[in-house]
Amino acid sequence: MSDKITLTPEQLEKFGDEMDAIRQRVVADLGEADATYIRNVVKAQRGFEAAGRALFYLPPAWPLAVASLSISKILDNMEIGHNVMHGQYDWMGDPGLNSRMYEWDTMAPSANWKHGHNYIHHTYTNILGKDRDIGYGILRIDEDQPWHPYYLGNPLYAFLLMVFFEWGVALHDLEVENVVKGKRDWEDNKALAAGIRRKIKRQVFKDYVAFPALTGPLFPLTFAGNATANLIRNIWTFNIIFCGHFPAGVATFTLDEIANEDGVESRGHWYYRQLLGSANITGSKLFHVMSGNLSHQIEHHLFPDIPARRYPEIAEEVREICERYGLQYNTGSLGKQLGSVAKKIFKMSLPPKGTKIPGLSVLTGGRQSTPAADAA
Amino acid sequence: MGITQTLLRSRAVEALTSPHGVDRYLELVNPMWAAKEVRARIVEVHREVDVPGHPPVATITLQPTSTWRGHRAGQHVQLGVEVHGARRTTRVFSVSSHEAGPGEPFTITLRANPDGVVSKFLVEEAQPGTIVHLSQAEGEFTLPAHVPDHVVFISGGSGITPLMSMLRTLQRRTHRGRVTFLHYAQSPEHQIFAEELADVARSGYGVDVHLLHPELGDPALSPAWLERLVPGYRDVPTWACGPAPLIEAVRKTYAAPGGEEASDALNIEYFKPPTVSNGAAEGQVSFSRTGTNAPNSGATLLEQAEAAGLSPEFGCRMGICFSCTATKTEGTVTNVLTGETSSLPDEGVRICVSAPQGDCSLDL
Repeated sequence: MSDKITLTPEQLEKFGDEMDAIRQRVVADLGEADATYIRNVVKAQRGFEAAGRALFYLPPAWPLAVASLSISKILDNMEIGHNVMHGQYDWMGDPGLNSRMYEWDTMAPSANWKHGHNYIHHTYTNILGKDRDIGYGILRIDEDQPWHPYYLGNPLYAFLLMVFFEWGVALHDLEVENVVKGKRDWEDNKALAAGIRRKIKRQVFKDYVAFPALTGPLFPLTFAGNATANLIRNIWTFNIIFCGHFPAGVATFTLDEIANEDGVESRGHWYYRQLLGSANITGSKLFHVMSGNLSHQIEHHLFPDIPARRYPEIAEEVREICERYGLQYNTGSLGKQLGSVAKKIFKMSLPPKGTKIPGLSVLTGGRQSTPAADAA
Repeated sequence: MGITQTLLRSRAVEALTSPHGVDRYLELVNPMWAAKEVRARIVEVHREVDVPGHPPVATITLQPTSTWRGHRAGQHVQLGVEVHGARRTTRVFSVSSHEAGPGEPFTITLRANPDGVVSKFLVEEAQPGTIVHLSQAEGEFTLPAHVPDHVVFISGGSGITPLMSMLRTLQRRTHRGRVTFLHYAQSPEHQIFAEELADVARSGYGVDVHLLHPELGDPALSPAWLERLVPGYRDVPTWACGPAPLIEAVRKTYAAPGGEEASDALNIEYFKPPTVSNGAAEGQVSFSRTGTNAPNSGATLLEQAEAAGLSPEFGCRMGICFSCTATKTEGTVTNVLTGETSSLPDEGVRICVSAPQGDCSLDL
């Protein structure tokens, strides 16, 4: 067992049981309040969307239109889309809120995203080589990812990913990095790519052709407004997601580390890994709604299929349990977590101390690898 | 179809409301507005019979959205209700009113099953104005466009509803042929539509109504008895609907003497009794799409499907990713994580964490 694990197998089991108990209590309590809540969020989202589209006919209200449409897109992607597609509301039996049928207002087709996110990311959370969300195949975000001169562009890649986030998420499922490495065939991507093209076509047509055209001579303004709303949504979601996974203190794991004596991961350890692999952001109630409650990333990773509105109440119990077991509960303000993520992105772009690359001293600000450093 | 409907169903509107679809917007403005989905408003709840100590029966009049394509006599509809504003539960009910066209109101007649969430809600709680969810009318247990000169209807219990729809349709079409209407019930007090049937028997043209109560001494269905009533009945087009034991008796009656196969003139529809959970790994698990059956081993549905040689889609195998969600059409499953059991038909279940109790049928 790894030295990263501070609990004995017995403690891990008890820890897992306590988590299971929280889960069961909440699942048994799901009902009208949860249904009403998500329906109200949907109503609000549709309202902001309609208002946003309508306000583009009124040029002086352009900033208001953009704001309204941005809010609509953020709600659609975060509190509704992400959570509905996790199956959080499947129990309602409403086809409009069902994980198998929901499609969201972003470039990534829901079916692809559910595979990459719900299955790969949520099952293999923060396992190096398994969880493709560690750096998304683009960034170096963990010390255990081997450095390569390519990563000198880390801050630039992160910035581009933020601006084009919805495109990045759509392309994520093609696993381009694995194709480049020869681990995956282009052939495997044909059907996926066709689905992505179809979805992108619909999204682009709606936001950049149809709605601008409907405003007639205001076409350029509406076009720019829709682009801005998409950009604002991209920046917001990127930041919330990065703060949930990459601030200082978040742990990553290797496949060897998670296995118990039987060669598998115990349920308690799975919870333990979810806890230490995620980070929360503190904030107001409105902030939690606008982040799809992914500000409670820890609770989301522990209980991905429980309605997100329950995370704040669960958080108190989780924190108390963490204190008892002496486990880190990574949380902080948006400013603190953002700073921490930015610092990491810059730090990880540089080679670790002792990397032997001739002529690198120029780039690393004078740090030079020596045989002595290697030995140490 | 009005111009509004044509517009709402157009590709242009589809593109503008992508990815959610136009109905997701319309329903927020008015629940009776729909471009593709079907919903209905309850217009009237009428108690048919109310025998003390027995579950009441009611006829519910539904005004469907303009998307309703109408129904043929004998068809049924899936009806979903949100009891207490949260979980939507769907059940199948036969339409009891005469055939009707697109957008026209129709009725269902049902008994408040003491264990049934939907039927109890509809009969005992639903008020005019309540919105319910519908499928289009379904089923091939219907009257042909050209009705033969002589038809026989045989029903038992609540199996009378689709046949009542057929009878009412024939009355409306002023069918000039002969109708033999047989109905088996527990007792005269349980008889629904009694007055209307009496009226039809008295004033209807060529309709022979026989309300039978074998528990009170009326003859049970047999070849000899039916032959006396309808000579050569095996060749007379017949529609039969009711509980499984009655249908079994009808099948035997319509088989040629010494033969096994019922006559081609016989059309049947029967209600399967709901599978009751016995909390044990007994019974059969059937995977309906592939037609595979296997004895229930008590393992999760995913493991049982794989053991049966199927390869359903799966992901985490621990109930978090929903990759393996499949539709359970019948039966009771226990969530192995929470111990929660569920018996709803046509319910999406994560097969990696669901173990069947008793018989179970899965759309795989």
